[in-house]
Amino acid sequence: MKPNPIDARFEKLRAENKKAFIPFITAGDPSAEATYLIAKSMIENGADLIEFGVPYSDPSADGPVIMRADERALAAGIRLVDVFEICRRTTQEYPEIPVLLLLYFNSIFVYGMDKFMSACKDSGISGLIIPDLPFEERDELEPTADQYGVYLISMVTPTSFDRIRLIVPNAKGFLYCVSTSGVTGERQTFETQFQEYMDALNTYSDIPKCLGFGISTPEQKQSLEKYCDGIIVGSALVKKIEDAVLDGLSESAIADKLGATVKAFTGDSIC
Amino acid sequence: MKKGRYGSYGGQYASETLMFALNELETAYRTAQNDPLFIEEYKRFLREYAGRPSLLYHAERMSKDLGFTVLLKREDLNHTGAHKINNVLGQALLAVRMGKKRLIAETGAGQHGVATATAAAYLGLSCDVYMGLEDMRRQSLNVYRMELLGAQVHAVTDGTATLKDATSEALREWSRRVSDTFYVIGSVVGPHPYPEIVRDFQRVIGDEIRNETLDRYHRLPTALVACVGGGSNAMGTFYPFIADQEVRLIASEAAGRGMDTSTHAASISGGSVGVFHGMKSIFLQDDEGQIAPVYSISAGLDYPGIGPEHAYLNEIGRAEYFPVTDDEAVDAFEYLSRIEGIIPAIESSHAVALLIKLKEQFGTDDLVVITISGRGDKDVEAIGQYRGRLKAGGTSNEA
Repeated sequence: MKPNPIDARFEKLRAENKKAFIPFITAGDPSAEATYLIAKSMIENGADLIEFGVPYSDPSADGPVIMRADERALAAGIRLVDVFEICRRTTQEYPEIPVLLLLYFNSIFVYGMDKFMSACKDSGISGLIIPDLPFEERDELEPTADQYGVYLISMVTPTSFDRIRLIVPNAKGFLYCVSTSGVTGERQTFETQFQEYMDALNTYSDIPKCLGFGISTPEQKQSLEKYCDGIIVGSALVKKIEDAVLDGLSESAIADKLGATVKAFTGDSIC
Repeated sequence: MKKGRYGSYGGQYASETLMFALNELETAYRTAQNDPLFIEEYKRFLREYAGRPSLLYHAERMSKDLGFTVLLKREDLNHTGAHKINNVLGQALLAVRMGKKRLIAETGAGQHGVATATAAAYLGLSCDVYMGLEDMRRQSLNVYRMELLGAQVHAVTDGTATLKDATSEALREWSRRVSDTFYVIGSVVGPHPYPEIVRDFQRVIGDEIRNETLDRYHRLPTALVACVGGGSNAMGTFYPFIADQEVRLIASEAAGRGMDTSTHAASISGGSVGVFHGMKSIFLQDDEGQIAPVYSISAGLDYPGIGPEHAYLNEIGRAEYFPVTDDEAVDAFEYLSRIEGIIPAIESSHAVALLIKLKEQFGTDDLVVITISGRGDKDVEAIGQYRGRLKAGGTSNEA
């Protein structure tokens, strides 16, 4: 089986002594075409991996910004076939940039696990982040994911405590380290003791570790980067899209705006 | 062996942030359920505060009308007016044992929110209740009741602004403040161990029915009838009888404006297998797993899923689930009020309506128990409007 692009990406980043910047946007917000253009613009401005959220009617791990993005995408009529098409176009144009989906398990389960994984493979998706499929329930999906070479990205949180012994050694690709309690959304400050948190994780595996949830400014990114191998930014970008939609910007103008926003995070990066 | 499974249903599809809290809850519950002091304290709460045991009332006029013996399990006579208090007192006591100072709850009709606010006041805990804006409109009296009891009620405006959205918001709030907060789930739903805990705290309904029918009639009932939304009063009613194959277990789902419309909330009659709110069960959803907007005249049954143990009892054919429309429920609401002088909750009216629909299946020797899960005072205004006898107080009235 082909090596997973996530591994190649992190090897390259490590060799260059760089940290990954992983933007998240909701697929189909405000349209499938816009999402493709935004992804393209974000990649051109230094994104190392891309996370697309699959819009869901009841996103119980998400805060208000992503909930509204999901509502916009669903109102625009986005379906899984559109999400796969966005991914296919993105990975075809940028085969070295791994594309991941963040979604709720029901989207996979109802579609059919085998059919879903097969579609992931066909559209070049490297990994899935499923907030409501904890370690205890992973074996329902993991054999199918393995069969198609798609990684299930494991999540840990500051409240994982001794569960990290179970989760971390089994993680693939990278470890999604949730920065704080709660749902997605911007935070002013973090109460988490990051050094302790990451030290505990490092004890169990040297797999790349990326911090996400609530990271919204280049300053926050800079201050947290030293603890990890990459930073995931979601709600702050989705909020920019929302503002642009409310301002009536065109799809290409939204894409430019998001490219500039990503540029502010990636700074000295390529392009 | 997977935890919390009922056949293939149930499980623990929760976010990693909550897994620690769910494990902590399970550990605390396992110790508590084997601790005679905890059990004794819980029973004392039920006796001295909730007013149990509840009556098993022989509805003579209704029996005469239907042609067989009908007993009503009067959960409406409990303190706070519904079966919800049975579960809430158990969970609140568990919260105290775990050192949690704050209770949160979701509520649909407001009965579970009122019960949780009541238990919080009784035990000196703080309480926040999440309630859909649409339900707050339908049940404004219960909102004030919760506030009177010292709880803060938070309006949920997402999605359909009903019970499912309130449940999602309570889950979000729990993950924000997981260390000092105890989430009191109101039905046999959610991730393990909730469906089991809620069922265990509600089985007192079925246990009392069993003991009393054996005492009074020297036999078990022919059938038990209860309404299901999430399914806690039905689960509590059925559970002690699951092994008694001769006892029919019959549940009514909310068919809203009818099963031929999209405006209903009957999961088993119209849904499919999915994973939502932490559990694998039967849900009303589309072909890509998007949860459907549901509707029932009853805010307490207005939920797009059903507890996993019900999904299992349905699958193995042990319990039977039938849809009951708004119209049928409203007729039953009026029927019981007139024939017995008991105004049932509109939720419970679905159970009464179902027995009336199935009456031909029973004969003179049969003994059927309906669980009247709550009292109907909260619904009087809405039913009056439905019948065109009262003017709508809210902004948007059902046609």
